[in-house]
Amino acid sequence: MTTRLKEVDVVIVGFGWTGAIMARELTKAGLSVVGLERGPQRSTAEDFGLPGVRDELKYVHRHELFQDTQQETVSMRHEPSETALPMRRLGAFLPGTGVGGAGSHWNGLHWRLLPSDLSLRSHVTARYGRSAIPDEMSIQDFGVGYDELEPYYDRFEKLCGVSGQAGNLRGQRIEGGNVFEGPRSDHYPNRPLHKTVTGELFETAAKKLGYHPFPAPASNASAAYTNPEGLTLGACQYCGHCERFGCEANAKATPNTTLLPVVLADRNFSLRTHAYVRSLVYDKHARKVRAVQYVDVRDGQEYEQPAKLVILGAYVFNNTLLMLTSGIGRAYDPTTGRGVVGKNYCYQVGGGVQVFVEGRELNPFMGAGALSMNIDDFNGDNFDHAGLGFLGGAWIAAGTSGGRPISHRPVPPGTPRWGSAWKRATARWYRHSFSIGASGANYAHRRNYLDLDPNYRDVLGRPLLRMTYNFRENDYKLSSYCSGVAARIASAMDATIVSTPNPRRGNFSVTPYQSTHNTGGTIMGSNPRDSVVNRYLQSWDADNLFVVGASVFPQNASYNPTGTVGALAYWSADAIVQRYLKAPGPLVHA
Amino acid sequence: MQHEERVRRRRFLQVLSASSATLLGAPACATTLTAPTLGAARVIPQADPTATTKATAVTSGSGPTQSAATQPASTLSASAPEPALTLNPTEYAFVEAAVDTLIPADDLSPSGAACGVAVFIDRQLAGAFGSGARLYRSGPFLQGKPEHGYQLALTPRELFGSTIVLVNTRTQREHGRSFDVLSEAERSAVLSALESGASALPAGQIFFELLLTLTMEGFFADPMYGGNRDKAAWKMVGYPGLPATYQGEIADYHGRRFDRAPQSIIDFC
Repeated sequence: MTTRLKEVDVVIVGFGWTGAIMARELTKAGLSVVGLERGPQRSTAEDFGLPGVRDELKYVHRHELFQDTQQETVSMRHEPSETALPMRRLGAFLPGTGVGGAGSHWNGLHWRLLPSDLSLRSHVTARYGRSAIPDEMSIQDFGVGYDELEPYYDRFEKLCGVSGQAGNLRGQRIEGGNVFEGPRSDHYPNRPLHKTVTGELFETAAKKLGYHPFPAPASNASAAYTNPEGLTLGACQYCGHCERFGCEANAKATPNTTLLPVVLADRNFSLRTHAYVRSLVYDKHARKVRAVQYVDVRDGQEYEQPAKLVILGAYVFNNTLLMLTSGIGRAYDPTTGRGVVGKNYCYQVGGGVQVFVEGRELNPFMGAGALSMNIDDFNGDNFDHAGLGFLGGAWIAAGTSGGRPISHRPVPPGTPRWGSAWKRATARWYRHSFSIGASGANYAHRRNYLDLDPNYRDVLGRPLLRMTYNFRENDYKLSSYCSGVAARIASAMDATIVSTPNPRRGNFSVTPYQSTHNTGGTIMGSNPRDSVVNRYLQSWDADNLFVVGASVFPQNASYNPTGTVGALAYWSADAIVQRYLKAPGPLVHA
Repeated sequence: MQHEERVRRRRFLQVLSASSATLLGAPACATTLTAPTLGAARVIPQADPTATTKATAVTSGSGPTQSAATQPASTLSASAPEPALTLNPTEYAFVEAAVDTLIPADDLSPSGAACGVAVFIDRQLAGAFGSGARLYRSGPFLQGKPEHGYQLALTPRELFGSTIVLVNTRTQREHGRSFDVLSEAERSAVLSALESGASALPAGQIFFELLLTLTMEGFFADPMYGGNRDKAAWKMVGYPGLPATYQGEIADYHGRRFDRAPQSIIDFC
């Protein structure tokens, strides 16, 4: 039997970055807020302490901190005509679970989008004409411009103590930073991380070719830092155990380190862990969400939590799933192009080369999640696409995120995977190799989308979310082009061996890790025909529902999404506090 | 020579396993069997950190009874007898032979089994991973494309059991012997055929990928899991292990080789 709880002002579904930011902003505004998180609470001292946190097998290969696919997963097919099969084990992407979400085990690459990324369709149309966008490429504008979002980017960077070098300060270009970035109102709060030999090799080669290398913005604090919430981050230890691990030094910005102590201390806030949300109670007539139904998985008790305001802050998949299972908004239909929920699911498209430098001591085990040198010369629309046959680009980088030896075993092309020759190559090159990676944008395609699977269910009895997804022509061409740039940079080094470029080929596979940068499904935009939420992330179909996270990206840029996810959460929270609370109702009239 | 010793060893394991099951009504248990007896049966010899090409002899060159008899007591207690947790004697022999083929002994490290990789695999298969933790196991189970990843109803433990039977049946038919007593060249050929799909055994490639993954995990993981004995794999590549706090070192060793005897999680407990 369901226990109906007393109404609160706000209930938040999911307690990662977006949940924590919303909880902080809305409790600060005096509202009573309940946070629901399906996973457990973890603490740095108990769960991420030395020596146990340096366990590659447990955290990388046994998926200690990730969503448990035994309980919940997605199914995948390449085309709408096929039968989807469940992803039975995590591989391509690694959604988090527990307080902090994937924000507690990310690498810390903390980017802003390019101004042209945010107004993509308008930008491409203006520069190349309408015919430059293929019919099947359903790219859109975000509906919020860079200048509007800039103060929120700045705020999120200051929360996280980002280490980096500005490249465009209020319109002034600064060499050594990313000269392609949109104008920043301020410097990064922390200096860049240490520049490694790998970074220097990349930098020298890129400069020789006339490109503009810069250190990636890192939410790995290069020095101790106290953020505007009064919480202190420690200095990065360059331990090489960042992505997929917790941080014992509290140097990686996470919801747990940058916000949680303040949020938990607020008497207006309560956090309920092990609270698995089943659905939203939707009053279609009134266009309101009345409550959230969840199960406390510790005892199986079902609850209904009524609230005046509901924030959907789960990962991309659950944000979309809950909209679909709760019947909020019209599900997307790829044959007619009508409907919006599940539309424009996107991912990212990788590529690159492996470089081997005999005699150079790289000490690959000394590293940090976001420690890399990058170029943006071939990103977004920073280069002329006329005649190239594709749109978008990639950031291209060489980094040192850690030489953990189960995973980091670079060997030259043609080396067997086992046996004596494999051993010799592994022993010879372990310390002397790095990759130049290209992280490419993934632009929306009409046949790439999310809906409900008819055959498979999760532990709550909900249908699995079904992913219909494949790489398309734009993706293969983008990956091939940007892998070629990576190879050109590698060739400009004094390298012993450079592998042949390895662009994305063949079908999307759920097996090898590629990126946990899934986007779309509840996209934002300027009208309800094309989008699920408006520019303030408010549902077009329920004005007291805000959907926050990368599920609102109309397509995916090349960048790691967290910087934009955090900025959009602050942008949305500001709209709620400054405007919605004063006059509850639609913030944009369709 | 090697062939006969492997056969003798496996028979001995089978006899011991059967008799201990009769005696105890349960798998062999270290608390009731005396250590030397069990050690003789299941001990995975400790890798000699200074071992060179002779390391092969440590695993397969000397019979089990001999190794127990010739090892001093102190070495025996240090190398702690390793009762198999889930693999039966035939499976254990298969895994030892397989990891010795994937990671042969040479001047870089002792063999896979000498490094504890078979112990690691047995423990992994006996535990959460082997019994399908974090594996979505609801049907229908359909054959997908390779891009769908693992789609079998079997747990990793069950897949090991079922495929080892198939491989041994095949080698019995083709060579008159089970996999573990084939020559190294023959074992390499069998594994290559599994890897490429040429073996045409059901799930042969899937099994091989699991075997190779577990082998590399066992070789390179923290030694607390039973493999990477004496940090042999970390020494081989020059990975220093723990504590991995390099705030000062990253600048001090910029462009300079950082060398330190590796330390494991165990060393800090």
